[in-house]
Amino acid sequence: MFRLDGKRALVTGASGGIGGAVARALHAQGAAVALAGTRQAALDQLAAELGERATVLVADLSDAAATDGLVKEAERLLGGIDILVNNAGLTRDGLVLRMKDEDWQRVLDVNLTAAFRLSRACLRGMMKQRWGRIVSVTSVVGHTGNPGQANYAASKAAIAGMSKAIAAEVASRGITVNCVAPGFIATAMTDVLNDEQRARIQGQIPAGRMGTSEEVAAAVAFLASGEAGYVTGQTIHVNGGMAML
Amino acid sequence: MSDVAERVKKIVVEHLGVEEAKVTENASFIDDLGADSLDTVELVMAFEEEFSIEIPDDAAEKIATVKDAIDFIGKKQA
Repeated sequence: MFRLDGKRALVTGASGGIGGAVARALHAQGAAVALAGTRQAALDQLAAELGERATVLVADLSDAAATDGLVKEAERLLGGIDILVNNAGLTRDGLVLRMKDEDWQRVLDVNLTAAFRLSRACLRGMMKQRWGRIVSVTSVVGHTGNPGQANYAASKAAIAGMSKAIAAEVASRGITVNCVAPGFIATAMTDVLNDEQRARIQGQIPAGRMGTSEEVAAAVAFLASGEAGYVTGQTIHVNGGMAML
Repeated sequence: MSDVAERVKKIVVEHLGVEEAKVTENASFIDDLGADSLDTVELVMAFEEEFSIEIPDDAAEKIATVKDAIDFIGKKQA
């Protein structure tokens, strides 16, 4: 079940914890993967670890031309894209009263606008081949909110709305569009939280622990599979019961 | 038949999976050839690619029949 042999996947933010785990999971299921990110060294290392069926693409997703170029290059290298995983994301936390326009805009540009551009660019080929999977990694805070993350929460909630709209547009073409919303996952992004924040959040998780990147990746791999063809416009929450939505 | 007309018809046949005989100049993509709104967008994109032209949204909206497409592309290329 859930094999991805012969499928070609583009994973953004592949140099990060969750992105790396997603790339490994799709690759383990048989997919060829294009690893996109900003940190070449980390991407090269991951590609070397995966061996065959892995290529590296360095791109800055805040740049519109680079985003379109990324899809073209991935299609050229892989011969097409069957699976797009919008995983790249960043935070610029701060209370709204002190949040600068540039911190708002930067988060929206990379987390939301890039996901839109990548989805649009990939849909062309997916429509032609009558098969496609778009999976975006969002966040529990897009659904529950979180103080200090107005920009991040907005970007993640927006992806969920956008995904539903795209899902409705392209469902008749064998393309599904879904989200995976991780809760508190142990990654470099959560390492910046202080002990008090960590303890507070962990106390809200019925599972009593942080999740792992692999647990998020498993949900992405499921949504990318042929077996998930009738699941579209949905969000799978991977949060240890932190928010039951 | 002009070269443009032939290429347009070929794209329509391929994209909509309809018989060539049905793709007459007066055939409407939606009413006669069974296209949905997404198909018409795909067709316009295919025309843009095939003829290396840009078809703005307001012009695309007016392309309802095979002849509309042939005329528009013919004018663009002239």
